[in-house]
Amino acid sequence: MVKSQRRQVRRLSMTEAGTVYSVILAFLFAVAAGLVGSFALMKRMILAADVISHVALPGLGLAFLWHFNPLLGGGATLFLGTLLIWRLQKNETFSTEVSIGVVFAGSVAIGAALTPKEDLVDAFFGTFEQISGLTFLLGVLAVALIVYFIFRYKSALILNLFSPELAAATGIRVNRLNLFFLLTFSLTVLIGLRFMGALLAGALIIIPAATGRRLANSIGIFLLASSLASVLAVGIGFLVTAYVFRSLSIAPAIVMVSALLFCLSLIRPKT
Amino acid sequence: MRSSDDSQELLAAKNETEKPSAVKRRGDVESAVADPCGEEERSILTKPIILSVQDLGIHFDNRRVIHNLSFDVNEGDNVAIIGPNGAGKTVLLKALLGLLPYQGKVRWSPGVRLGYVPQKIAADRQMPIRVRDLLAAKADVLKLHPDSVDAVAAMVDLRKEVLRSGIGVISGGQFQKALIAFALLGEPTVLLFDEPAASLDELAEEKVYEVVERLQRERHLTVLLVSHDLSIVYRAANKVLCVSKDIVCFGAPREVLTPATLEAMYSAPPQFFLHRHGEEPAQASKASEHD
Repeated sequence: MVKSQRRQVRRLSMTEAGTVYSVILAFLFAVAAGLVGSFALMKRMILAADVISHVALPGLGLAFLWHFNPLLGGGATLFLGTLLIWRLQKNETFSTEVSIGVVFAGSVAIGAALTPKEDLVDAFFGTFEQISGLTFLLGVLAVALIVYFIFRYKSALILNLFSPELAAATGIRVNRLNLFFLLTFSLTVLIGLRFMGALLAGALIIIPAATGRRLANSIGIFLLASSLASVLAVGIGFLVTAYVFRSLSIAPAIVMVSALLFCLSLIRPKT
Repeated sequence: MRSSDDSQELLAAKNETEKPSAVKRRGDVESAVADPCGEEERSILTKPIILSVQDLGIHFDNRRVIHNLSFDVNEGDNVAIIGPNGAGKTVLLKALLGLLPYQGKVRWSPGVRLGYVPQKIAADRQMPIRVRDLLAAKADVLKLHPDSVDAVAAMVDLRKEVLRSGIGVISGGQFQKALIAFALLGEPTVLLFDEPAASLDELAEEKVYEVVERLQRERHLTVLLVSHDLSIVYRAANKVLCVSKDIVCFGAPREVLTPATLEAMYSAPPQFFLHRHGEEPAQASKASEHD
């Protein structure tokens, strides 16, 4: 297989700066995913979360087709998808579930149709590749922005989760906060998009949060546990693909570890 | 902007020289508020208007929920809002809070701080959020001192163990108290309650109302309270606002809550109606003997 050979070549060059950048960014993404995922889980927007990441597919497809930066293409459709989900959330009378289902399937189909066959697996399930210093810097900046947003607006987000009405009565601009949260969510997906792929980027946001939820009974512990579960999944995922199952792609490995951690968390009686 | 003390003085001075005229028409309320000279027409004993509602209309899609509603609330008033289910009492409170779009005018006097206790919270009570997390979050958003959480908890007798508990595991009465404590953060001057004791048993309900009444007494709050319970209305309210499809009335409980109004409002004779001013003296003395 050409693919696995390419992967082998990449794995041999672990000392290169581009590879180190990529690994560091993967861990930073894990932290951001844990934090954002905790709030996404409490907001009960897991379905929406999946759609948002899938909406990146048509953009990725176009980028592969016309040979421009996949992050640019994915980012563009992600942004549009985010605005769409936001509009749907605002319109309470409209059946969000139905429209999400349509957008979800539609995005995957358009993405699959646009993406050249040889790039399809990468677009869907991600690929581990070296990144440039600039991409790394932008990634770090994005993670910093996400962490800042979560901690700066933590209280407002909690009130909004508890009751949007009480949040509004407290003077929080709920609609704007929702948009900011969705944009933060999309930014997190975008960071993970290349190495997790459009189908699995959302998984690392949701599954560790589900694990964290099992283990926490206060908001602080929840955020910490989700982030730890996410970082652990990425770490173990890297180790497993590097030393045990060398033919395994990184994203499926991470998601499987993540799911395993969740199963382990089920052993503990729910608090 | 004049302070309320100034306006009181002005009012007193004007009243010495000019006779107050007859009752003002509803439509003139806004000019009365905006124009200082208009205030002379109100009684010297009346406290300043804290809320003026004029021609309020609320629509959902094509359904008219509230139509042409006008009333004033004075500082320190305890206004009971009553009406049948679905008449728009909750919607009215939300409009007053600015949470819903509406037609007409809702004017709160400058500097008013609103505290809101909703009827029920649709929140997922399984969320890993402790009572203290919730109160601290509001204190943080309002940039209050962290100690204010303990202060409001003490006001409603929320114990430390309850503050440490998750919002999903505390009893209904404690949850309601937590919501009142939440509303009290930021030292509101007006509290809006939407059936604070709905879904509570009688004992818990009584405790909640005791807290509300004590707060009003001690902190001189203005209270707007949606209630089904006419005995609470009689006990606490000095004004009643009825909201229903067919009739709208506003005034002192004894003037407004006639059997005829209640029947028209609920479209059926009320099951339970306290008619204190009609009580026989003999019955009253009997009752006191029991005590």
